[in-house]
Amino acid sequence: MIRIETLDTRDLAQSVKDGGCGECQTSQEK
Amino acid sequence: MIHAYQLNGYHIILDVYSGSVHLVDEVAFDLIQLYENKSAEEVIELLLERYAGNPDVTREALSACIEQVEALRRAGKLYTEDLYAGKVFDFKGRNGVIKALCLHVAHTCNLTCDYCFASQGKYHGERALMTFEVGKQALDFLISHSGNRVNLEVDFFGGEPLMNWEVVKQLVAYARSREEECHKKFRFTLTTNGVLVNDEVIDFCNREMHNVVLSLDGRREVHDRLRRTVNGKGSYDLIVPKFQKFAASRGQKGYYVRGTFTHNNLDFTNDIFHMADLGFTELSMEPVVCSPDDPYALTEADLPVLFEQYEILAREMLRREEEGRGFTFYHYMIDLKGGPCIYKRIAGCGSGTEYLAVTPWGELFPCHQFVGDPAYSMGNVWDGVTNTALRDEFAQCNAYARPDCQNCWAKLYCSGGCAANAYHATGSIRGIYEYGCELFRKRIECAIMIQVARMQRKKSR
Repeated sequence: MIRIETLDTRDLAQSVKDGGCGECQTSQEK
Repeated sequence: MIHAYQLNGYHIILDVYSGSVHLVDEVAFDLIQLYENKSAEEVIELLLERYAGNPDVTREALSACIEQVEALRRAGKLYTEDLYAGKVFDFKGRNGVIKALCLHVAHTCNLTCDYCFASQGKYHGERALMTFEVGKQALDFLISHSGNRVNLEVDFFGGEPLMNWEVVKQLVAYARSREEECHKKFRFTLTTNGVLVNDEVIDFCNREMHNVVLSLDGRREVHDRLRRTVNGKGSYDLIVPKFQKFAASRGQKGYYVRGTFTHNNLDFTNDIFHMADLGFTELSMEPVVCSPDDPYALTEADLPVLFEQYEILAREMLRREEEGRGFTFYHYMIDLKGGPCIYKRIAGCGSGTEYLAVTPWGELFPCHQFVGDPAYSMGNVWDGVTNTALRDEFAQCNAYARPDCQNCWAKLYCSGGCAANAYHATGSIRGIYEYGCELFRKRIECAIMIQVARMQRKKSR
């Protein structure tokens, strides 16, 4: 069996739809 | 775009624009790379030939794998297109508040570190200490330009900020006195070389400082070679016991022991392990950024050695973690599940817009690394940001504003890199400091590998 295992990661494309809250720190806040 | 790499026995595929990470076996590793540009039939024929001696690699198995790959593509987790380039102009319209100030409370220092970007604390200018009045005005400026934001960050920086300790304490007290009426919460950081650390400093910092950054380069001979007192004496023996007491008194959290490595200690992992063996658990080690003519400057020939060092570090961290004596390395802290949204990833650090540095005289600069360069003066704490053209230039300086970043798989992790390093390397904040990029990419590969290894370890239990 050829194996592909996908980690649980944040979907960046979804975060476009969510919109940036702007609460992040200058440089994980909200 | 995908990035495929092997590290520590793992075959890893990163889908750049979705942020998905896939752990695969050798055959899938080849298949996913080939299938990006070839038909299913071409891929199957190529792999049947390549793995002719492997009984598990059959036409049926390869077809099933391609189906799985197609399912991942449909789910938006593989071969994802760049959805963000066209939206980049939206990223400029962030809310425009100032979130953090770096207060240069002392443009003077009691060490004469050879590689200091701040020219032994003076920033190529006169020695100076910030007065309480200037600092108070800076805090008022931050409060009034921070909009509805509650959490405000203030770094006490230098030079050596403990050389102006009374003013630091007065400014903390003043900020605390304004918190309730202004509905703000200040979080302070102090960066120190440790020479003037004493019990009073430790007690105050443990009450008031969200974080302290303690400068130590590692092994005694490495540290003392470049971090000497004005009399030419090494500082290791003076500061290490103080730092150990400091870190222990904070419960081994809310601090970083931060070092700089140079051409003199290409085996810098031994310095990190030395820090860990001294009992420190929150560690950072940065590559020196300096003129190529400096005797300790990193060279192109050093790169393969440094890459190997980062891999050694990642493997040793996993080993120590397994033994119950793990430590944190700043650049390997990566949160794949809850990391920053795409807006933050593209916009970058916030220098020149959300984050400003304040000189002892109250002059504003985009960040501490631009202080002292008249071309980057942005205004002052009384009149605010008067050089709005420069602020706009920084607001538009992101991962998509740098032509050299367009085909880089790591651009959504570095946000286009450090503007100051780019400026010093190329003369433009929209350039790139390629040497730093090479090291950054290696660190991200290692950081993701560590996450993969932890996942595998969790599964096997």
